[in-house]
Amino acid sequence: MWNTHLIEIGFDKIVEFFYRLADVADRLKQEGLYFRYGPERLPEVIRVPQKGTLRVKYGFPIFQKYGVCMDVTNVEQALIAEEAGAVSVMVLDKLPYDVRASGGVARMASVNRIHEVMENVTIPVMAKVRIGHYMEARILEALGVDMIDESEVLTPADEERHINKWLFKIPFVNGARNLGEALRRIYEGASMIRTKGEAGTGNVAEAVKHMRTIMNEVMMLVYLSPEDRMKKAREYGVPYELIDLVARLKRLPVVNFAAGGIATPADAALMMWLGADGVFVGSGIFKSQDPQTRAEAIVLATSVWWNPDAVLEAQSMIDEAKSMMGIDIRRLKPEELLQVRGA
Amino acid sequence: MRIGILAYQGGIDEHRYMITEACNELSIQCDVVNVVKRSDVNGIDALIIPGGESTTILKLMKKFNIVEVLKERIENGLPVMGTCAGAILLAKKVKDLKTGRVMSGTLEVLDALAIRNYYGRQRESFEVDLNIPVIGDKPFRAVFIRAPAIVEVGQGVDVLARYGESYVLVKQSEILASTFHPELSGDARLHRYFIEFVKR
Repeated sequence: MWNTHLIEIGFDKIVEFFYRLADVADRLKQEGLYFRYGPERLPEVIRVPQKGTLRVKYGFPIFQKYGVCMDVTNVEQALIAEEAGAVSVMVLDKLPYDVRASGGVARMASVNRIHEVMENVTIPVMAKVRIGHYMEARILEALGVDMIDESEVLTPADEERHINKWLFKIPFVNGARNLGEALRRIYEGASMIRTKGEAGTGNVAEAVKHMRTIMNEVMMLVYLSPEDRMKKAREYGVPYELIDLVARLKRLPVVNFAAGGIATPADAALMMWLGADGVFVGSGIFKSQDPQTRAEAIVLATSVWWNPDAVLEAQSMIDEAKSMMGIDIRRLKPEELLQVRGA
Repeated sequence: MRIGILAYQGGIDEHRYMITEACNELSIQCDVVNVVKRSDVNGIDALIIPGGESTTILKLMKKFNIVEVLKERIENGLPVMGTCAGAILLAKKVKDLKTGRVMSGTLEVLDALAIRNYYGRQRESFEVDLNIPVIGDKPFRAVFIRAPAIVEVGQGVDVLARYGESYVLVKQSEILASTFHPELSGDARLHRYFIEFVKR
């Protein structure tokens, strides 16, 4: 197996690390200089149950690992996804492919539609908000979705800032094209990272590029001197300590999924082989002509990606003629790229 | 000692880490192996069923035709520890709180009724310190993530810890089931407790 899957220091130590990063903020609070840019400390002994803590927010994605989160637009599709073995569903108004085709402003999905899916499936339900849109996120938090995706697939509400995710009780997932973006999102409070890829194209090439980039940049940190790590910290705009942690873990400190253009079981297995902890499949399933079996096949290939026989079986469950047609990324105009939103 | 982890989906790596910690603390040589295929079931001395989505794990268990083989070995005394989704998969009866849907075809070895998503959605997920007398006086940090609860148990089941009205850690001869995640607490005592009774 790929060694980046091994967590060499335990989950608990990662959680402790982020609490320590927030220590300074806690001390400043006593002096009246209050800002919340880190997790809130917990009492030594917890008598009254604490919700929305760091352990709970970082823990949620752990139980999505080796699984597939599927984009759905209604209850019917959500039930197909659940039946096929999805670990969660992402509720959208339009699949990324249709977002691309229809143009205009893409916003958070209808609250009623999300609620309807929540009422009907037993697996976690996620939904997307526009980058920087605090109030869409507050609405989803109040609605009680299990995870929020601050997503470049929707039209950004703030072109320069992301949401300060430390202010929320619900975990967030963010997209990244490289290690700098990933670490900035983690420093902003993201509990999970996914590659951006190029959503709605059915073309896995960009997701491969982003996963390769992240992995290469992580491995590079391992061999850098402290001076050069400090330079990287400045370049990425994150604390030096976070760079050091990544070098020590040889992976991101949070769960890292692949997303953007995954259309077949082989695509999913490829992303797992490159070091993903699981995959998001957007248009790939419900824009194909065999959604049910394709969903099952992608679940199988993601779970046992390291077993060629199982991946062969998964791939033989689908028919290439029924895959979504896909879009050549080189034919897209620069302004049509979704991945450049929110760096 | 050869410990298998049912490795389809979920918190597999976190259990591997904690088992290794526990074995080091006890100075026991142990191999941790993944259990996926039927043939992987042979030769393991104990099994861990990790947390994850129980619907996904069950689907893959059926796909790999492993349910019957595992059930038979567990009934013949294979020690097993199930956490969260693992506890659901061990229980004889499983129901979802909201949809009321019954989950069938699980291992059905633990005489208990488990209710999925008992405490609600992720927003209601929590951590709390529990008293678990069998592992000592120091409270144990329990992390509940979209956790199930065990609400009824049969005669042969010991309740080792409870939270409010529900049972959160139970033992039935060689079967240990928790509805929380001991692999996330940084405290290897529960894994150590499990290894100790595997050793016997």
